[in-house]
Amino acid sequence: MKQSPRFLHGWALLLCLASIAHSAITPAAELRIGLSGEVTSLDPHFLAAQPNLTVARHVFESLTDVDPQTRLIPGLAERWRALDALNWEFNLRRGVKFHDGTELTAEDVAFSLQRPLSIKGSPGGFASFVRAVESTAVVDKYTLRVRTKYPYGALPEELNSILIVSKKHALNAGPEDFDSGRALIGTGPYRFVRYQRGDRLELARHDGWWGRRPAWDKVTLRIVTADPSRTAALLSGELDVIEHVPSADIRNINKNKKLRVMQTTSWRTILLHVDQYRPQPPGITGADGNPLARNPFMDRRVRLAISKAIHRTAIAERVMEGLAVPAANIVSPGVFGHNAALKAEPYDPEGAKRLLAEAGYPKGFNITLAGPNNRYINDEQILQTVAQLLTRIGIITRVEAAPMSAYLGRVRKEETSFSLLGWGSFAADLALRSLVATPTPDKGYGAWNWGRYSNTKVDALMEQALASVDRPKREALASAANTLAMNDLAFIPVHHQIVSWGMRAGLSYTPRTDEFTFAHHFTPR
Amino acid sequence: MFVLRRLGQSALTLFVMSALVFTGVYAIGNPVDILINPQADQAEIAQTIARLGLDRPLWEQYWVFLSGAVSGDLGKSFAASVPAIDLILERMPATLELALMAMVIAVVLGIPLGLLAGLKPHSWVGRSIMAGSILGFSLPTFWVGLMLIMVFSVQLGWLPTTGRGPTLDVLGIPVSFLSWDGLRHLILPATNLALFKLSLLIRLTRAGTREAMLQDYVRFARAKGVAEREVVRVHVLRNILIPVITVVGLELGSVIAFAIVTETIFAWPGMGKLLIDSINVLDRPVIVAYLLVIVFMFITINLLVDVLYTALDPRVRLKGAR
Amino acid sequence: MSMALSPRQEFTRGFARDRIALAAFWVLCLLLLAAIAAPLITPQNPYDLAQLDILDSKLAPGAKSAAGYTYWLGSDDQGRDMVSAILYGLRISLSVGVASTLAALGIGLVIGLIAARAGGWLDALIMRIVDLQLSFPSILVALILLALAGQGVDKIIIALIVVQWAYYARTVRGTALVELRKEYVDAAVCAGYGSARILLRHVLPNVMPPLIVVATVQVAHAIALEATLSFLGLGMPITSPSLGLLIANGYVHLLSGKYWISFFPGIALLLIIVAINLVGDQSRDVLNPRLK
Repeated sequence: MKQSPRFLHGWALLLCLASIAHSAITPAAELRIGLSGEVTSLDPHFLAAQPNLTVARHVFESLTDVDPQTRLIPGLAERWRALDALNWEFNLRRGVKFHDGTELTAEDVAFSLQRPLSIKGSPGGFASFVRAVESTAVVDKYTLRVRTKYPYGALPEELNSILIVSKKHALNAGPEDFDSGRALIGTGPYRFVRYQRGDRLELARHDGWWGRRPAWDKVTLRIVTADPSRTAALLSGELDVIEHVPSADIRNINKNKKLRVMQTTSWRTILLHVDQYRPQPPGITGADGNPLARNPFMDRRVRLAISKAIHRTAIAERVMEGLAVPAANIVSPGVFGHNAALKAEPYDPEGAKRLLAEAGYPKGFNITLAGPNNRYINDEQILQTVAQLLTRIGIITRVEAAPMSAYLGRVRKEETSFSLLGWGSFAADLALRSLVATPTPDKGYGAWNWGRYSNTKVDALMEQALASVDRPKREALASAANTLAMNDLAFIPVHHQIVSWGMRAGLSYTPRTDEFTFAHHFTPR
Repeated sequence: MFVLRRLGQSALTLFVMSALVFTGVYAIGNPVDILINPQADQAEIAQTIARLGLDRPLWEQYWVFLSGAVSGDLGKSFAASVPAIDLILERMPATLELALMAMVIAVVLGIPLGLLAGLKPHSWVGRSIMAGSILGFSLPTFWVGLMLIMVFSVQLGWLPTTGRGPTLDVLGIPVSFLSWDGLRHLILPATNLALFKLSLLIRLTRAGTREAMLQDYVRFARAKGVAEREVVRVHVLRNILIPVITVVGLELGSVIAFAIVTETIFAWPGMGKLLIDSINVLDRPVIVAYLLVIVFMFITINLLVDVLYTALDPRVRLKGAR
Repeated sequence: MSMALSPRQEFTRGFARDRIALAAFWVLCLLLLAAIAAPLITPQNPYDLAQLDILDSKLAPGAKSAAGYTYWLGSDDQGRDMVSAILYGLRISLSVGVASTLAALGIGLVIGLIAARAGGWLDALIMRIVDLQLSFPSILVALILLALAGQGVDKIIIALIVVQWAYYARTVRGTALVELRKEYVDAAVCAGYGSARILLRHVLPNVMPPLIVVATVQVAHAIALEATLSFLGLGMPITSPSLGLLIANGYVHLLSGKYWISFFPGIALLLIIVAINLVGDQSRDVLNPRLK
């Protein structure tokens, strides 16, 4: 028997309604991320701090981009090249839209490269990233020429840190305008919805983005600085993702079937600076309590002994719960200038004691190890463990840990002689410039070379690397400088941190060496 | 006259406090070191110090600060470059909401429980209430906070772990307790914060009740044949209410201060957490602004309580009238 | 005819009436003894770095150490034996609490007595300062002081003293004022005795008993405050951790199942504070004339 047409129509109507209803009630795909650092400002040029940059990079982008392994890739600039030693040309992508619909042009880029220099009142701005730039010239709508003051091969790396804002909206805008959202118009995959300082930033997908369409309509970036609170929020399902899984919780989250952990070696390297310029550095005394005749750290054998005494694998396993890789380089594996042939110093307490005796300290001596207690992963525990390990070979170590603010104050006043520091860089020559180069204020060398290590050969190689606009040549030079400095123990490397993300099992993320968390790179499995 | 004198005192306090704190904070470290770009060189560091005015002599910096303070400008936060006072005011509603909710919990539970314990001090009810109050008094807030999160959020999953719920604007002030989701976020931190005061109130009410019950007027009322409930309601309650209310008023300031710990654990976006963060990064303007705001709030609360007490206590009123 | 009891015997009798308070008293004595004897009874000095082994870290209660003794309550993240760490931590918590309370008591006593005896503008000035100090919550005062002064055992004790002295000063002044109005003081003045003598020999003995009760409870308060400050990171340095700092250190391990690092110090802290509070409570109840 045939079905009456009305009956069929009825079914068709019902199906139509059902599908409409389904799309109406299908919830928007939302991603809730828990960030670990305090965001202080939404102005992308105000403060060069990772939390600020993390949220800013959802809304803005830069000329050059960095892939998860810290290699430079095209960003808003499709390609770039060095025309000669001092001139560079950047070709912009065409058809890139800002959130207000207008197109990105070289004018916006030129403006954005200038803006960091005009920011007032910032305790740590971006001026140093454009220090090498002498002038910019807009050739046409999509082409920009940059002239540097001196040959500078690291220009593309430096420009990665300068986010491009819309000239129209950012002209005369200050941090308040960005915090309120008025000037927060960028080209990035997400646009501003709401900001509650200290609590969260809400974003919505920018459908006009040039890149691959992100999976999430809505993104909430929540700020949860307390480690246990962040873990608890992930465990209870309140957050889909957390960055920097506390080391104590890694095992727990791994065992949980509903969650997963993704990790990779981070660019952050933990190292110990040793005073190599004062004959009688503070905090160092002989085993009998009297000052020593000379500075033991200036003897390479003593530095090597200390390096041998540090049980890096025990620290990685016990203190860092697996979130560390023993280090021998100034930069992490995979980073520009890393030399894989350098191996971490194996644990050798007997060898250490022998070296100490050889150097003239058979009974050891007393030192004070200083460091922060609220900055790097398990920094205070690392200090205590290093102290324990050194005490075992006869170097009785006292620990002085303080909040980063107080600690840096003491360091700058030169009150410490054995100090912990964590450093992240995506090029060995840039890292060398800050950490190992002979301190030279007018050239900007050695600003963080607390031990005042000075080696002219290393300086020369480093300068050559930085000036080299030929990338492969530069890498070779940087690697050579790195190797020289490390073999001479310019400082004592401890480990490279491993950065981790905890997320619900249905998500996937390519872990990034630069530790950034980007909502648009999370995909459902 | 009385009010004027108190106001004068308050102004003096503010001045002294600000000077003390300003001098002290200057002595620790250098905020530039924390917040500066790691790749920056000495020249830029020096430039930044000059720009933020950190190299001027102490008294000059204080003078700039003071002249600004009089006009309501307490300096700009180093980390965020927005006026420090704005940062504090932005976070104040959250802290006040938490503190007030905690006080409400403490009062609503504390007075009845304390009354009960006072009326039946040697029964098992009375004794268990007292035992509970001693625990609530002695347990460190931070420990209880984590236990609460572990039990109610992680294990049982009834309540959210951290953060504040969605807010609605009431008279321009964002509040979160008007929605069910907002309340769910508020319960754990408010209870955590309330515990200490709750125990305090229970003990206070119990002590007051016990004393009142032994008074002659209670015995007299009983002898007259008044029902027990009446006795309690009319005589005992009224007499203990005045000192209890005064304590509640004074303790409000303390609750706002203790919220610092609760806010840290529950990631509640209030002023207390802002203070701790500012201390860690040496954001001087914010620290000083917070202290001035808190001092101002305490002085106001104390003033109000004094006035209220004078109004409520008939003995004082009568004396004044003479 | 029944024998009249001496005040002390009366107090002891009254105190012992509450069995729980009595039990608390014995627990307190036990804890005090353990804390004082810690270096003698613990298998390890947890602050001697030479005795620690990082490879023994975070072991569960009952595990054996390389040196042969058992970690009865487990080991912490640096390889310290929890029992040793708790007893040494108890020592530090108690010494910081008691030292600061005693010092605050002394200072408050002197200032309160002076204010009561002097009267007039000096009394008014002192009381104004006291009122000012008391109107601020202790945690805020301590927090600011420590933020300014930095870390260190001495700085914590100073902060705790600053937080507490005003309370004693006010209590002493109140009680002293009552005493000073009594007739025997007038008689002593007539007889030519100086202020100091009057204060020390007559007023002081009457002021002490309630003060001691208050001080007992204040010790608990000081211990709790120090624990909170250590948790916020502004308290004891890691080289001499109190119970509060031990709890803070073990806090991060709670969610991962290594509860013993934070839990046992928490229990110890709880025991000591509750015991002190119970003893103080009962003492106060016994001494309160209005409840007799």
